[in-house]
Amino acid sequence: MAALKDIKRQIEGVHKTKQITSAMNMVAASKFRTAQMRMDNYRPYAGKFMEVLNSLALRVDATSHPLLAVRPPKKLRVICMSSDRGLCGGFNTNLIKATERFLKEKQGEGKDVTLIPVGRKGRDYLRKKTKTINDRVDVFRKFDMGLAVEISNDIIPSFLKEEYDELYLVYNEFKNVSIHRPVVVRLFPLPSIGQEEAVDPEKRIDYIYEPSDEVLLERILPMYVRVLIYRALLETYAGENGARMAAMDNATRNCEELIGSLSLKYNKARQGAITAELMDIVGGTEALAKG
Amino acid sequence: MADELMLEIVTPEKLAFSGKVEEVTVPGSEGEFGVLRGHALLLSSIQIGELSYTKDNKRICYAVDTGYAEVLSGKVTVLVEGAERSDMIDKDQARKDKADAEARLVKMAKEDQDYELVKAAVAKADMRLKVAEKA
Repeated sequence: MAALKDIKRQIEGVHKTKQITSAMNMVAASKFRTAQMRMDNYRPYAGKFMEVLNSLALRVDATSHPLLAVRPPKKLRVICMSSDRGLCGGFNTNLIKATERFLKEKQGEGKDVTLIPVGRKGRDYLRKKTKTINDRVDVFRKFDMGLAVEISNDIIPSFLKEEYDELYLVYNEFKNVSIHRPVVVRLFPLPSIGQEEAVDPEKRIDYIYEPSDEVLLERILPMYVRVLIYRALLETYAGENGARMAAMDNATRNCEELIGSLSLKYNKARQGAITAELMDIVGGTEALAKG
Repeated sequence: MADELMLEIVTPEKLAFSGKVEEVTVPGSEGEFGVLRGHALLLSSIQIGELSYTKDNKRICYAVDTGYAEVLSGKVTVLVEGAERSDMIDKDQARKDKADAEARLVKMAKEDQDYELVKAAVAKADMRLKVAEKA
């Protein structure tokens, strides 16, 4: 029967889709584990870094540093950090929406905004909407501190040359596998450091500084920018794979449901066909007996 | 042992080394300096160079990127953006990186915005090669 064959073909198709989604789920899960490990490995570095930075900021008046220079914000740059690949639920959509909202808000204030996209998905969509420079795509497959260094090399000299006045970073903050929300952080001018976590003066260590504390702070601030960028990169990578894991898990479950309902339909149709055939035979024999 | 020193080399990727050592030599930006137990408290920036320590009379070298070192009594923490032990360095890759960076450098003018960066890349590849030779 034609209907039976159709249902069978449909079941096979859904089954194949299920195999793909469950394979993608497993790949994403393994990447996610790596990402989480990298975040764990990164934590001591970032923690220690902030400790020293704060203790330095307490000693040195950092407000004079050019990376902290506050200028009337006319020209803005925005880094939008999305993933390179799709099929990860609302991960990029939410981020792009947040970026667009932010862009509109700033453009509404009459500011000149240029976008620096990192990651293919965000770039592909947003470059149609606004001007972009220094985009970096297909970077998440394999990335390390080198990428953060490259990005910081794009943004630091041009800020110092006053090519723009403020820089914002939009990325998905990673909370856990299923929760990530877009956040906007101001990178330049760097928010004042050292104040938010007042370090106990008793704990302050009087080091010998080599070179002087001012010069040291000056060298450490660009590293601080990279610490922030690298963290955002790691969170994006972990978030992307976490989101894909969840999305593919859902898809797999949907496939199973669909296969279940299609099988039921198939079995019913088959039983229907058998019953109809039996009725035919029974009807036929009865007619013969009467005759 | 009283004359031992804790050393930690921390990079964004991992804890590259953590353990007791006898002596550390750090490529400070103002010149190389050695640290033994009981060294004065010090905070120094680090430039691309060779960091080495002695443990059980063996000298172990690392090629390190920029960062800084914090010396407390009995403990040295080195925070660098990259660190590779001499026997882990991929010499072919380093050679290739050096050639690439040098080729780019030749084409550039001194005033170029990236000039210093490429120069740093050459220095880095060079240092990795040099340290790799010691493995």
